[in-house]
Amino acid sequence: MKELIRELVETYGPSGHEDRVRELIKAKIEDKVDEIRTDSLGNLIALKKGKDSSKRVMLAAHMDEIGLIATHIDDNGFIRFSNVGGISPYMLLGARVLFNGETVGVIDKEGKVDDISKLKHEKLYADIGATSKEEAESKVKVGDTASYYRQMDDLGDRLVSKAMDDRIGCIVLVETLNRLENPPTYDTYFVFTVQEEVGLRGAKTSSFGINPDLGIAVDVTLTGDMPEAKRMEVGLGKGPAIKIKDRSVLVHPKVKNLMIDLAEEKNIPYQLEVLVAGGTDAGAIHLTREGIRSGALSIPCRYVHSPSEMIDINDIDNGIELLTELLESSYTGLFE
Amino acid sequence: MLLKRLSEAIGVSSKEDEVRDIIRKELVNYVDELRTDALGNLIAYKKGKKSSPRLMIAAHMDEIGLMITDITDDGLLSFKPVGGIDKRVLVSKRVLVGDDKIPGVIGAKAIHLQKPNERKKPLDYKQLYIDIGSKDKKESESLIELGTMASFDSKYEQLGKDTVKGKAFDDRVGCAALIELMKKDYDFPIYGVFTVQEEVGARGATVAAYDIEPDLALVLEGTTAADIPDIKEEGHVTRLGSGPALTFRDGAMITYKPLLDMIIEVAEDNQIKYQLRKFTKAGTDGGKIHLTQEGIPTAVISVPCRYIHSPAAIMNLKDYQAMIDLTDKFCQDIEKGGFANERVD
Repeated sequence: MKELIRELVETYGPSGHEDRVRELIKAKIEDKVDEIRTDSLGNLIALKKGKDSSKRVMLAAHMDEIGLIATHIDDNGFIRFSNVGGISPYMLLGARVLFNGETVGVIDKEGKVDDISKLKHEKLYADIGATSKEEAESKVKVGDTASYYRQMDDLGDRLVSKAMDDRIGCIVLVETLNRLENPPTYDTYFVFTVQEEVGLRGAKTSSFGINPDLGIAVDVTLTGDMPEAKRMEVGLGKGPAIKIKDRSVLVHPKVKNLMIDLAEEKNIPYQLEVLVAGGTDAGAIHLTREGIRSGALSIPCRYVHSPSEMIDINDIDNGIELLTELLESSYTGLFE
Repeated sequence: MLLKRLSEAIGVSSKEDEVRDIIRKELVNYVDELRTDALGNLIAYKKGKKSSPRLMIAAHMDEIGLMITDITDDGLLSFKPVGGIDKRVLVSKRVLVGDDKIPGVIGAKAIHLQKPNERKKPLDYKQLYIDIGSKDKKESESLIELGTMASFDSKYEQLGKDTVKGKAFDDRVGCAALIELMKKDYDFPIYGVFTVQEEVGARGATVAAYDIEPDLALVLEGTTAADIPDIKEEGHVTRLGSGPALTFRDGAMITYKPLLDMIIEVAEDNQIKYQLRKFTKAGTDGGKIHLTQEGIPTAVISVPCRYIHSPAAIMNLKDYQAMIDLTDKFCQDIEKGGFANERVD
């Protein structure tokens, strides 16, 4: 599984440019599903038929990652940019980025910064080694995006890379498909969404199209187990987190309880997640049409939105286990 | 002149009636169907000969303005902004209040009564009021009720050869262009949607797009131009006279790439000057339209406006004409089958 993780997290895919991630996932799952399609926003929607087609379950993990977008190229070939999703200016100082998945750039700031908390994207630029505007524009045009440029490092049980948010969720979905021994209980849609980092946009249109009876987002969540970290009752390696709430959703109590009961019954370690800031695709799914029972399974992740997001492989494994059990379960109490 | 009439008409978000009436009269003899929906969007429909693709073109009728929220014992009107208003531009401006267009001025404490630290900050809404010349609360109440909208009193004028000045170019310039386009004939179905309440959250477009469910959509807008002395080149966003601006991404939408590429190709093939909007914040009706139902490929074409959201914005008439030409050529390209083949399966 580590090699699959490496392959996915190192693939380039800022919001709006998820193509490469989509093609990679599509190639890995198309033989295992009954139907697969890409919608007009770019969501990859794969259906695994269930034993019973009277209900539809939607799983969502987002393919996009945070990044930058070029807004101006000056006469000397320096690139000005804006953010794609929540990428902080000071995290970018000295970072290397990759435009269009192929052109390396380094980030620095204009002049001197007296107060780093006041650093703005407008004061930063990317240098791709070009000596003129023309040379720069032959590689990067206004409107082109960049991601962090970082490889995955294997630190044992713990892995570190850019874009764990949310390729890890994509991997949980892919591996759940692999681990299913029988058809799931109900028709299950594995949805790899676009544009989560800029406003849960792909989940909004895909859930409208699918109109599921249950929606589960699989994403990363923050942890509180670092030195003097902001208080949060989630730690790395203590199991996948069953979401209670974040800023985008209050998880339906029946969905939350279903997941907790299942984890208890199958002896799968889990944690409960109350995320004070941030949201996930469940926020868009649960408000679709007349409202959809929704929840989320989160993989704990340190240093989210940095170039070095850290996860514990046991949490992923347990997450896949819990999700597989859920899809094969009778969803006791949920639809009553 | 159409643009002048539209610019001088008053239509603060949710009170777009005057603008809607002008557009209705302009289009009634040109379209197959003309209706107003429950929120107030004016939807003009031309059937065409083919059944697809169904194109929606949106331009918003509403403008930013002020809402009367209280009347003081002295008969002065307190107000709150409707949409994104720069507080610094308010004081001493002439306004027109309500359907009867009662004239007033925005007043505040005179400069020699202000303390030194007060002079350093823009005046807040609490310190500003509209004076309509009433002697007391009773007189004001006989003329105006709470919730009434007020707009800048601003004339449309030509400045120089290609440049015009006026209020509400955002987005009467889009409305004017859309009217011109709806007078032309294409062989596929077009919905010209003049939306309400864009400035307070693209609300009209949300319901209109849900109702129409088009195959693709264009938004015609007025957008920020910042080619002014205290902003460096990288912050210009758009420049006056450099042609209509195409959006690759804003705060509410990532433009559907095949559609953007097609518009650029149309511009280049027809030698129509265009520019990219070099800014990724703020949003338009496109933000709501493209997320409607299962998603609708959407693009935005805008006329650059300096001093946007003020009583005196400046725009270039050639940019305006080029927006009409570009959209017209785009529609002709669709007639030739330009977009149907581009859709993701």
